Amino acid sequence: MNPADLKYTKEHEWIRVSGKRAIIGITDYAQKELGDVVFVDLPSPGQEVVKGDDFAVVESVKAVSDVYAPISGIIVEVNDNLQDSPELLNSDPYNDGWIAVIEMRDPSELAELMTNEEYEAFIKGA
Amino acid sequence: MAFIANTPADQAEMLAAIGVAEIAELFADIPASLRLTRELNLPAPEAEPILLKNLKSLAARNISAGEAVVFLGAGTYDHYVPSVVGHILGRSEFYTAYTPYQAEISQGTLQAIYEYQTMICNLTGLDVSNASLYDGATAVVEAVLMATGATRRCKVVVSAGLNPEYRRVLATYCDFLDLQLVVGLLSEGEPSAEQLHDLVDEQTAAVIVQYPNFFGQIEAGIEQLAEVAHAKGALLICAANPIALGLLKPPGELGVDIACGEGQALGNRMAFGGPHLGYLACREQYLRRMPGRIVGATTDASGKRGYVLTLQAREQHIRRQKATSNICSNQALNALAATVYLSLLGPQGLAQVAEHSVQKAHYLYNQLLQIEGISPGLPGPFFHEFTVRVKANPEELFSRLVEYGILGPLPLARYYPELSDLVLFCVTEQRTKEELDYLVKVLGGLL
Amino acid sequence: MRVNNTAGVKPIFAESVPGRTGFSLPALDVPSQPLSAILPADLLRQEPPVLPEVSELGVVRHFTRLSQLNHSVDSGFYPLGSCTMKYNPKINEDVAGLDGFADLHPLQPEETCQGALQVIFELEQYLCEITGMDAFTLQPAAGAHGELTGLMLIKAYHRQRGEAATRTEVIVPDSAHGTNPASAAMCGFKVVEVPSNERGNVDIAALRRVVGPQTAALMLTNPNTLGLFEENILEIAEIVHEAGGLLYYDGANANAILGIARPGDMGFDVIHLNLHKTFAAPHGGGGPGAGPVGVKRALEPFLPLPRVIKDADSYRFNYDLPQSIGKVKGFYGNFLVALKAYTYIRQMGAAGLKAVAENAVLNANYLLAQLKDYFDLPYPRRCMHEFVLSGSRQKANGVKTLDMAKRLLDFGIHAPTIYFPLIVEEAMMIEPTETESKQTLDEFVQAMRQIAREAEESPELLQQAPTKLPVSRLDETAAARNPDLRWRG
Repeated sequence: MNPADLKYTKEHEWIRVSGKRAIIGITDYAQKELGDVVFVDLPSPGQEVVKGDDFAVVESVKAVSDVYAPISGIIVEVNDNLQDSPELLNSDPYNDGWIAVIEMRDPSELAELMTNEEYEAFIKGA
Repeated sequence: MAFIANTPADQAEMLAAIGVAEIAELFADIPASLRLTRELNLPAPEAEPILLKNLKSLAARNISAGEAVVFLGAGTYDHYVPSVVGHILGRSEFYTAYTPYQAEISQGTLQAIYEYQTMICNLTGLDVSNASLYDGATAVVEAVLMATGATRRCKVVVSAGLNPEYRRVLATYCDFLDLQLVVGLLSEGEPSAEQLHDLVDEQTAAVIVQYPNFFGQIEAGIEQLAEVAHAKGALLICAANPIALGLLKPPGELGVDIACGEGQALGNRMAFGGPHLGYLACREQYLRRMPGRIVGATTDASGKRGYVLTLQAREQHIRRQKATSNICSNQALNALAATVYLSLLGPQGLAQVAEHSVQKAHYLYNQLLQIEGISPGLPGPFFHEFTVRVKANPEELFSRLVEYGILGPLPLARYYPELSDLVLFCVTEQRTKEELDYLVKVLGGLL
Repeated sequence: MRVNNTAGVKPIFAESVPGRTGFSLPALDVPSQPLSAILPADLLRQEPPVLPEVSELGVVRHFTRLSQLNHSVDSGFYPLGSCTMKYNPKINEDVAGLDGFADLHPLQPEETCQGALQVIFELEQYLCEITGMDAFTLQPAAGAHGELTGLMLIKAYHRQRGEAATRTEVIVPDSAHGTNPASAAMCGFKVVEVPSNERGNVDIAALRRVVGPQTAALMLTNPNTLGLFEENILEIAEIVHEAGGLLYYDGANANAILGIARPGDMGFDVIHLNLHKTFAAPHGGGGPGAGPVGVKRALEPFLPLPRVIKDADSYRFNYDLPQSIGKVKGFYGNFLVALKAYTYIRQMGAAGLKAVAENAVLNANYLLAQLKDYFDLPYPRRCMHEFVLSGSRQKANGVKTLDMAKRLLDFGIHAPTIYFPLIVEEAMMIEPTETESKQTLDEFVQAMRQIAREAEESPELLQQAPTKLPVSRLDETAAARNPDLRWRG
């Protein structure tokens, strides 16, 4: 089940907001579609992103997927644990498998994201 | 027909199973206006005995290395190819297989590539190697694309001592891929790593040197160049002759980030320029930018060791337009030749081939300088190729020597107009003292 | 794979014994000097490179045993779609092994390599006739390399017309080989995908929507990767040409139309061929191949240099080509691969090549007829030289296409191309080629039908396959997570 306190995108990212910080990851649905994740190409902290930019890459054996910024801002933190343990994306996508933290420039962009109910309806339709 | 098994009876049975009356119906989707109504205009088919005879006579119109004394090098070398290499390459389990997509029935090809990768790493002193690329020239291009990708910069600084054939190919790619190519000038007729320092700036993605360089020189200063490049955030790429690496310090110990180049010298026949193989090895941090196939070891369901194509997510069949490269093959059979060759030679054999080539080149160099009309070319230590100045038109000399059964030396003005009286000699372990003395005698008479 | 080598073959490094060698050189016959006197002392290797030390027999046995772990065309059926795994005539190998071809230096004087130049010149002419193009280059080393070269030629053409800055898009159908978009992107084009319609053709209405003054080219494989002939090719060519774009032909599937129809007549401006597919040069375990590129007259000035030309009775290289894009590979391409194709064409002749296409298409349609009731067929049309089945029906039973592919290996048959094209779910792309006999095809049909039955009755048998090979299914996840790419002892 997708946590109710998160926001979601059509590209299967989730966002956990606390103050100006937004923690980004990929959803349980996304990790299942990808299969065993073998590598995560992380951005560098300090990098600026605009909503919709691809800022990270998640690789499985047979697939590869870009991770898109759900909101604009500056990347202030990345999950270095994923370098050695990319499988965290499979085992715990909503917690230990987080990818990066973005300091939001315009929190009003959050309004365009989906709630967990909307997201679940969305993946059922897909 | 020898290569088509279907008899008319087979065809009739198959057409019945399909439910059509004749083969032509199977092509009904091709618009009638496009269907050829005539036979292709090609030479009449030749049965095997005639064909072989005709092709042998065509081959006889060429002068092969075995019928001449070869002093041509410049990236393609007349080293001895041990008999074993041809026999292993002739095993059709290797040469009639395709890319090892189905690992379980391709362990032979996969393990051979893994062994190849290991040998290339050990020769170059670098961490990881791919499964090989098209040739030396395109390997240099791919190394440059790795560097431009890693640095997100688009300027490439190239030594004038990089093989002009590679530079030409690189220039084409730079033109179409919007990269800026800056070639270091020859300072007093000599390329030098030092001379490149000033060209490296904050826009530079990569600096490329050759080791030994196109003129055969072993340039000093590669380590210093690595420091300069790294200080500006650029990568150092080195096109190294793998035979020379039997004796010379590996690029990985000189601060080089990507070593690449032509692997033909390792057990591949000269073949009029191809097929050969490009090799490419790099530091671990650039692994995921490496183009082409990569083989990795793993285990099967019962824990047994096996090999697979790995890190495929970089590749075009998954990433499509976002792929690291569009390359989806390697020169597997040529890489196999290199692997068999290096297995036969071992470290001592490789060092011996390198040393014999070096000693013979130096013997010839000293003998040539005894001739009036020949004077030293570019200065400094050299490996198995060297330049000299001749008091003659180098192109005319090149043609005249054919009459004596001698191929080479190469006139350098073809690539460096300013070096109009210089020629490039190459001497491999294959040249005997008798052949070297013969060349000296012939040249003594001509100059 | 006659040897059931349960122990596996150790890496050759593990067979190494210090002091052994498989090689000997004649004694050095020139006066020798200390190496430190002639080479820079600080650049001499401190330690010799780690290479195997093995006797000649040891090397021969090692690689012979490795070869026995491979499946190959010579050992069994290889219906790998889009790869045209046909028989590679032995005579081609003999010819390519002649000293007069294999021991030529690429820079030797033209008067000493007339035979080789003649091969290049004549092969280019044969390929022009076979494809309906006006000029060819043999320089590209592989199909993907040919694509990139072709796109450079297209860019050069638009540059000359002052339109390169605006013609920035290359259109690629969603059924295309992955190399098409990868090559286009590499050449700096933006890739625009156009969908296929329900017949597996390019959706014409969608094509019209994306074509415009920004279109540099459309890349098309015909027959396409579904094994279907693009019925509307003339209309497609008109649409693209009217917009000022060019048409690129990916020749991966040219085996289906040899002597039957020609890309040049269909309106294609630039094409590449795969000599290692269509023209019977072996695949070499992944290479060397060759990807010659052919063009219409308007693009000829841009071809890579040098070109071989004929003056009266002799041949020579022409480097004086001011509009050429330059070189894309060292020297003249994979010459020995070209020589094998040349030998093949000389042996087959026009009638032989036409028989190739006819029997390739007959064999594919025969297999399709025998298998279509056992698997889903997403595009129920007559196929050309290959066809694509879907394993969706079996997937409902928990059996993936991958499982069926692996099971096929146990029958001594190579798997089809799987999971491609991307527009077919659980795809299996099957290409028998013309060189297989009806008996072989029937054996394959029996195996596939048995697998379809097993998918219903005993799915676990498939999920565990293969079981009869030197190794069982390999852990690709572990290989990618912790790359072990070299032997470290």
